[in-house]
Amino acid sequence: MCGLCGVLGTEAHWTDAAGPDSRSGAPPGGRTRRQERLHRVGLANKVLKHYGLTLADWEGNCFVLRTRTGRSAIVQHLTALWPVAERMTGRRCDPLDPQLIAAVERE
Amino acid sequence: MAAADLIPVNIVTGFLGSGKTTLLRRLLASPELANTAVLVNELGEVGLDHLLLRHVDESTVVLPSGCVCCALRADLTAAIRDLYSKRERGTIPRFDRLAIETTGLADPAPIIFTLLAEPVLRHHFRVGHVVTTVDAVNGARHLAQHPESVKQVAVADRVVLTKTDLAGPAQAEALRTACRRVNPAAPIFEPAVDPIGPDQLFAGDPADPSGTRQDARRWLGPVAAATPPETGVGQASAHDRDVYAFSVTVDRALDWTAFGIWLTMLLHAHGEDILRVKGLLQVVGVPTPVVIHGVQHLVHPPVHLDGWPTADRGTRLVFIVQKLPRQVIERSLAAFTRLAAVGERVV
Ligand SMILES: [Zn+2]
Repeated sequence: MCGLCGVLGTEAHWTDAAGPDSRSGAPPGGRTRRQERLHRVGLANKVLKHYGLTLADWEGNCFVLRTRTGRSAIVQHLTALWPVAERMTGRRCDPLDPQLIAAVERE
Repeated sequence: MAAADLIPVNIVTGFLGSGKTTLLRRLLASPELANTAVLVNELGEVGLDHLLLRHVDESTVVLPSGCVCCALRADLTAAIRDLYSKRERGTIPRFDRLAIETTGLADPAPIIFTLLAEPVLRHHFRVGHVVTTVDAVNGARHLAQHPESVKQVAVADRVVLTKTDLAGPAQAEALRTACRRVNPAAPIFEPAVDPIGPDQLFAGDPADPSGTRQDARRWLGPVAAATPPETGVGQASAHDRDVYAFSVTVDRALDWTAFGIWLTMLLHAHGEDILRVKGLLQVVGVPTPVVIHGVQHLVHPPVHLDGWPTADRGTRLVFIVQKLPRQVIERSLAAFTRLAAVGERVV
């Protein structure tokens, strides 16, 4: 619901610092930054589809979240994603929701 | 900037009359802390006398989100920026550590938020150990009656039990049990029995460049102690009965991105009830362990250890939660992290 997004703006997000060397910001597993962003979008979409949403990379520096009806919003990182997803769908994005867990398990 | 160049900040918190000023005064007398700057809320009560002492008037600026933990403390921002610029100009000694003593009812989360989020501070400081004092005479009552007290113990990296010499043995033991249940990972010190040095309290957090892998292991806490009964025991009642800790072990390496999706979503939905999450992660594609650390909605920058503390690999996460069901959290984590294992082949 809040987190650091409002304050940090475009600064590094904690999910961007897992590579073998946190200072370089290189993604884990030898992926390029582009491959990592596509991986991120791919995984997020497996969750977001249960809300009728899709996420896409936008020029390598942010993400675009879209509804089925074509509304869209820009998000900077994963923390910023969930409140926007809730606003766009009017549904609560809760990973402890049994229905969501069951859907994710079927993926 | 590398973590090694950041100035560690230790938060010293604890309920009214729990002895935090006494503790701080004793610690500051030791030569190791001669270069420590200190920020306090109440000046002069116990006669703290230190070269680098500053006073702040507590004020909080709450962000538009209205969340209690994600609030920027304007007073701290101004005071720490001022200390830092004086340090850089050479008008005060070049301190290498900062200790912040909170008021008794203060919530430590906004202090952590301020240090992690404020654009200037986050480039020069990092959050070190949080030290919480609990007094053996009144501590059990505070834990039962005041959510603030439970929160202070939950975010502690070190718990200091004070006044154990004034409390009966049964009273002290009941409080130890209550503290361990809320926060099994934090070692408990009792200065009335064993004098403690600043290095035991302040040093050795996972981001401490002088720390060891063993420190990181200790910081995560013992496995056995991290799985207490989920129902209330002993004198626990009211607020502290809702809070419990558990650990989750995953035997395989986790996909970092899948984990990030899960944890950001979990903290978004339930951050208020996740007083603490910390973990040593085995990440696909990363040979060494990654330490993660969150307090409510906030996640510290991950720390990379240079090697595994023990022969054990795998991921271990410790949660301190309020009312959230452990089984559902475990099932959800397993489902999300398996998303990456199927379909998408990790390089
Ligand atoms: Zn918050």
